[in-house]
Amino acid sequence: MSMLHTVNKSPFENSTVLSCISLCSKNSSILFIEDAVISVMKSTKFTDVINNSLKDFKIYALKPDLEARGLSLDNVIEGVKVVGYEEFVDLTTEHDSVQSWL
Amino acid sequence: MSEQAIIKKFMYVNRKSPYGTIYALESLEVVLITAAFDQDVSLVFTDDGVYQLMKNQNTEGIGMKNFSATYSALGDYEVKKVYIDKESLEERGLSLSDLQELVWEDEDEDYAEKSLINLVSRSELSEIMNNQDVVLSF
Amino acid sequence: MALEVNGKSYETDEEGYLADLNSWDADVANAMAEADGAPLEDNHWEVINFLREYYEEYQIAPAVRVLTKQIGKRLGKEKGNSKYLYELFPYGPAKQACKYAGLPKPTGCV
Repeated sequence: MSMLHTVNKSPFENSTVLSCISLCSKNSSILFIEDAVISVMKSTKFTDVINNSLKDFKIYALKPDLEARGLSLDNVIEGVKVVGYEEFVDLTTEHDSVQSWL
Repeated sequence: MSEQAIIKKFMYVNRKSPYGTIYALESLEVVLITAAFDQDVSLVFTDDGVYQLMKNQNTEGIGMKNFSATYSALGDYEVKKVYIDKESLEERGLSLSDLQELVWEDEDEDYAEKSLINLVSRSELSEIMNNQDVVLSF
Repeated sequence: MALEVNGKSYETDEEGYLADLNSWDADVANAMAEADGAPLEDNHWEVINFLREYYEEYQIAPAVRVLTKQIGKRLGKEKGNSKYLYELFPYGPAKQACKYAGLPKPTGCV
């Protein structure tokens, strides 16, 4: 079974991003949206965690949420895929189920 | 300004990223209202609050109002003290150059532009916070 | 609520402010002023145009004190004072001029 996890909280704000990563299985994916897009930026204290996770599963970040916050696409960690709303829809259909972390 | 007006020191502490929650926008509105009443207003950007001042915000994709331009009006409202927490920037791999410039125009010096931004450490911030009459956290 | 001018309809709130900034044009500003009994002249337009520019740049309608200071800077000290602005807009410069300019009610307006 593959699961798409979506997370919308900043990793600096609470431990949702870390909990999600620890519970994500190998053939699943994580899509960061809203304030959680902060997680995929280079040179933050979460960069290493994201880099390690990329070995185990796919990580996506929603482009409109990066742009809204002035977060440059050039500073997104390599290996993280930046997607738009249409690909968000595709991701939900490609996976067997979706878990929206709150 | 009326003669008998009581002026208090108000500090607004901004701790959240913009757009994900309504806190940043609500804080900005209260700041402008307080400043319009001639109070002594200062702003702090700490934790994820530093993202509120990021340059190049573009909210077209999320369909929300981009209120980052409004921070540039703070100087017009005679808000002259903006404190940015240095540690918060560092934890996020950011520096002052990632944030927008904020200035006020000094009427007495032919509208010369002067920066509002002060980069401070946590210990400096703690001291400044202790000297306020009212501290509101958003 | 809606305001009808020359066969065109403008959506407004209960206080008569335009619901949509982009629906504004000079016709609706003139119609609002005439309904208040004081047709717009060049001096009014200077302030209205300034307000629209200010909103465009900062995404807010300025409080009256800010408006006064900025008018003084752009149009000269003899215009950057409450007396001048209240004579032009007796219902309050920020409130009345913002309404004619199609802006929302000023943040922190008194």
